[in-house]
Amino acid sequence: MTDAVNADLVNAVVLLANFVLIPATVYGCQLALGALGVTLVYGVLRFSNFGHGETMAFGAMVTILVTWLLQSWQVGIAPLPTALLALPAGIAASAGLCLLTDRWVYRFYRRRKAAPVILLVASVGVMFVVNGLIRFVIGPDDQVFTDGARFVVSVRQFKAATGLAEGLAIKTTQTITVAVTAILVVWLFWFLGRTRTGKSMRAYSDNEDLALLSGINPERVVAVTWIIVGALAAVAGTLYGLDKSFKPFVYLSLLLPIFAAAIVGGLGSPLGAITGGFVVAFSEVLLTYPYKKFLSYLGPEGWRPDGLVQLLSTDYKFAVSFGILVVVLLIKPTGIFGGRST
Amino acid sequence: MDAGEIAVVVGPNGAGKSTAMKALFGLLRLRAGSVRFDGEEITALAPQARARKGMGFVPQTDNVFRSMTVQENLEMGAFIRDDDISGTLNEVYRLFPVLRDKRRQAAGELSGGQRQQVAIGRALMNRPRVLMLDEPTAGVSPIVTRELFERIVDIARGGVAVLIVEQNARQALELADTGYVLVQGRNRHTGAGSELLADADIRRSFLGG
Repeated sequence: MTDAVNADLVNAVVLLANFVLIPATVYGCQLALGALGVTLVYGVLRFSNFGHGETMAFGAMVTILVTWLLQSWQVGIAPLPTALLALPAGIAASAGLCLLTDRWVYRFYRRRKAAPVILLVASVGVMFVVNGLIRFVIGPDDQVFTDGARFVVSVRQFKAATGLAEGLAIKTTQTITVAVTAILVVWLFWFLGRTRTGKSMRAYSDNEDLALLSGINPERVVAVTWIIVGALAAVAGTLYGLDKSFKPFVYLSLLLPIFAAAIVGGLGSPLGAITGGFVVAFSEVLLTYPYKKFLSYLGPEGWRPDGLVQLLSTDYKFAVSFGILVVVLLIKPTGIFGGRST
Repeated sequence: MDAGEIAVVVGPNGAGKSTAMKALFGLLRLRAGSVRFDGEEITALAPQARARKGMGFVPQTDNVFRSMTVQENLEMGAFIRDDDISGTLNEVYRLFPVLRDKRRQAAGELSGGQRQQVAIGRALMNRPRVLMLDEPTAGVSPIVTRELFERIVDIARGGVAVLIVEQNARQALELADTGYVLVQGRNRHTGAGSELLADADIRRSFLGG
């Protein structure tokens, strides 16, 4: 039809992409990485690890400390954030923390064949201890540690290039999050599907007694699992901190959407964790986005909806995760790709 | 038992057949008596160690990795081996041709009889000298049962000693070199399979006439 209508349509799409598609995809990657850690622990070690959020925070904390060190030495990899250089240290520290807590806390109960709920309560204890440790070391305040180029594509660049009224920005941290998540996911699926150790982890998760009969070493499987979980947590925590900011308490509240993601996808299934991450992320963003401007682009010229057309205020973000969790547990507790139920 | 011998343990329900087999493999602790393998005393060895010595055990239930493919199940059977397993893999596929066709399918999707083949194939991947089967034909249709027993005879002909605990007493005793009839935890009768079948008393009491 007319150019004005076409422009309106394109503007509407760009608006949605900028405020819904891109943030939801990035958030989905962050949740997917967190949920992968939770689902691996559930599948192999057979308990829900409530300490996972703090493991993410711990990995992020060590990365931040090393980042500050590198920054003080004027070491950098601009335009990429220095934190990426420091990330291996965070991964090593986080994996170490996981192995230590297993050795000092979980192994005790595992040896006694304790019920999974006992391990869950123990993990809550670990969560409090690690949270306290983090606040002790780095303090309870926000920490910003991003550096390097802020935007891959800035709003101004986009508007100049396309001449549209609506702008679209792609932050460096957003691109890094998506890229790193993709790399890690591909690696994880290769590891689980094609290596002897990965297959032994799947076998141990599938049928513990038969795995032991086959000569699979349980302590080795447990150790490898914790190392991978620690690494995933450190990366997830660092990427989240880079994208938003590091707040010691925010990781506690991320536990709810992460668990919702893992349960929606099916506890124990890596594919489920990734799918669940995106389901929860997109639901949260779609249900709390104010569609006023979007609808006014689509509607007739000069018409604007009354009110924000926002289904839920952003204050209720976590209600979305909670609601999804309740619905899934009521209708299909094993999740989309699930095997064992909670 | 001798190499290539087929021994069958039968008896009424609750006689302790499965218990005896699990004790032989080390899954249950022995209170008296001993287990000897190749003249060596192995009563104190853990099940994994016995597997490494050459004992294979196929449990009655939960005997496959349901979420893994047939081929992956067989690979897990050879987990403690560090040499090239492709030769043994081909042997297993030759013994159970249907497994080759379904090698990329998840074991949990197969029928009961096919799953039993995966379970037995998994134990064979370790090239055991003794293969112990706990009620291999439980829940399997009669035709598939007969096929399974024929395969078991093939396995024994390959030099593997096979010990079977069975409910399907008549069919099992027909191919047994030695039969043991367990009653209430005690071995009541021992003899060649055909002898036990011929004995009218035994037939009536334990084999349902």
